[in-house]
Amino acid sequence: MTPFFPHDPVPKNNVMHTGSALLTNDVGLHARPSVKLTQLAKRFGAHVEFSLAKNGPWVDAKSPVKVMRFKAAKGETLHFRASGSDATEALAAIVALVERGFATDGDGSSQTPQV
Amino acid sequence: MEKHFAGRPAAPGIALGALFTFSTGRSTRAASGAVESEAEALRSALNAAVTDLKDLIARSTGDAVAILEFQVALLQDEVLAEPAFSAIAAGSAADHAWLAAMQQEIAGYEASDDEYFRARAADLYDLRDRVLAHLTGSTIEAIVPPGAIVAAVDLAPSRFLAIDWSRGGALVLTAGSATSHVGMLARSRGIPAVMGLGVDLAELSGQALVDAHRGVLIVNPSPATRAQFDRDAKAAASTRTLAAAAAMRPGVTADGTPIRIMLNIADPRELADLDPTICDGIGLVRTEFLFHDRQRLPDEEQQYAVYQRIAEWAQGRPVTIRTLDAGGDKPIPGLTPTGESNPFLGVRGLRLSLARPDVFRTQLRALLRAATHGNVKIMLPMVTQPRELVAARGMLDAEVAALAEAGIAARRVSLGIMIEVPAAAIAADQFDAEFFSIGSNDLTQYVAAAGRDVAAVVDLADPTQPAMLRLYRYVVDTARARDIEVSLCGDAGGDPRAIPRLLATGMRALSMAPALVGGAKLAIAAVDLRAISESELWPS
Repeated sequence: MTPFFPHDPVPKNNVMHTGSALLTNDVGLHARPSVKLTQLAKRFGAHVEFSLAKNGPWVDAKSPVKVMRFKAAKGETLHFRASGSDATEALAAIVALVERGFATDGDGSSQTPQV
Repeated sequence: MEKHFAGRPAAPGIALGALFTFSTGRSTRAASGAVESEAEALRSALNAAVTDLKDLIARSTGDAVAILEFQVALLQDEVLAEPAFSAIAAGSAADHAWLAAMQQEIAGYEASDDEYFRARAADLYDLRDRVLAHLTGSTIEAIVPPGAIVAAVDLAPSRFLAIDWSRGGALVLTAGSATSHVGMLARSRGIPAVMGLGVDLAELSGQALVDAHRGVLIVNPSPATRAQFDRDAKAAASTRTLAAAAAMRPGVTADGTPIRIMLNIADPRELADLDPTICDGIGLVRTEFLFHDRQRLPDEEQQYAVYQRIAEWAQGRPVTIRTLDAGGDKPIPGLTPTGESNPFLGVRGLRLSLARPDVFRTQLRALLRAATHGNVKIMLPMVTQPRELVAARGMLDAEVAALAEAGIAARRVSLGIMIEVPAAAIAADQFDAEFFSIGSNDLTQYVAAAGRDVAAVVDLADPTQPAMLRLYRYVVDTARARDIEVSLCGDAGGDPRAIPRLLATGMRALSMAPALVGGAKLAIAAVDLRAISESELWPS
């Protein structure tokens, strides 16, 4: 049977990996963290999705427009799921980014300045 | 039924054509009607907006960079414009589709409980307007049919320049003033323009005839009116042919006296199709164009690049660049003072530059550096007292020294002044300037206490009335005694009716809009200075 969506970016037979992290930023997942998160996700070939609940709804974690639409606030848990060859690496990197408060690797601070 | 509308002449000439109306607000772009070209218009506007933002990022620091990077990230996310492209596919015009899509995205932010996210709506408004500006600006050329009578409330200079005027046409504005930037550009390009029509744009449609000598727009002209137009147009065309031929010859009077002919330039784009051999140099480069239509003041590199281009165009001929003449009828947001009861008598021209040394120094540095690429001269506007010239020269010399110390290529250029404030004209001998240029437009308004854009008093603002000729003569004599150059760069300089009297004052250099050069040279060739008597100069 021809698939309804022939170029579905999510490979159906792939194993789905998941991860989550608590959002500790004072202002939540705002402009600069959203950009950092999506830029990081884009570095991986894996399809990465993002949600505020364990069961979705899921959105593309590489889209800053969609990530910003969630307006995630401090104290919420961010859920991620990924599939593809480097899915586990992608999840580990993204979870680490959220857990260190979106600080850039090695800049030492746990909070990025507000934009 | 023929309908007449009266306005103010802003650029001479006559034209007949179809009215093309567009207002300057948003969602006024005429749709092409084709899905693919609308989609392409939106794609290129999005790309252009990204380029803008990256350019801004390169020139910004700190938090500004983070904000701009956020905006770029949103723009480069296909999700943002997806609903707009869907709407275009369903038949929407690009600008409507983009506005609707952004409105929905913005509403999402504005509805947020979180103050931080609500504040981000401003970024989306910014993006919306930036893309929209490209959408409306970049496609104007494609929209306006060549030869059209363009009707608008007012028109931004960049839009005027984006229109294809190569097949003629005319400009009619329901608001606008003859002294505005767009009026200057119309005169420069030789496009007939009438302003201040004071009618509703909705009344302007169909065929129309513009008589910009009289300042009249005639909608639906009768056959008799058209027949008269054809006769006028034929006469004008033969005059133009003569003028075009005359433009290529040097400016010389009937008795063989050479007259230097210089150009007034309000935007470097005017030089694109011009042959520098028609002139002896550029007598006035207005630099206000650099400060309009942009969100921040131009930096040194941007100014340097533009001045360099103009200097190189002139191929060694002198290029007189006037420092920023903002204020008066040329306000610049964030720079010129607001709330002045009479801006013409307020902080404008050099007064503003001395009050904002940061802005002035940047311009001086750019000019000094550009002077290594040609024969650049610097001219100060609105000088009133000698101490202002002394202060400006002090700053110029300081920048010369600073550039030399930094090892940056620059050249000390001659520093002259505009004579446009009566105080400077009357006491011209007190100014230790390296050249004078008479700004007859402002000087006349100030001497006659009559605005050129006030129809009821415009006759009083005659730049060749005896009081003006007396002042010109004094300034010319003073310059000659001091052995410095003097020219005149007001509209009178390119007006064939004014030229005989200007030459009678002893003036031997005139600066004018490029389109007027041919006509001016014809007028000069008809003048025999041996036959001009004192009585002609001072009519009783």
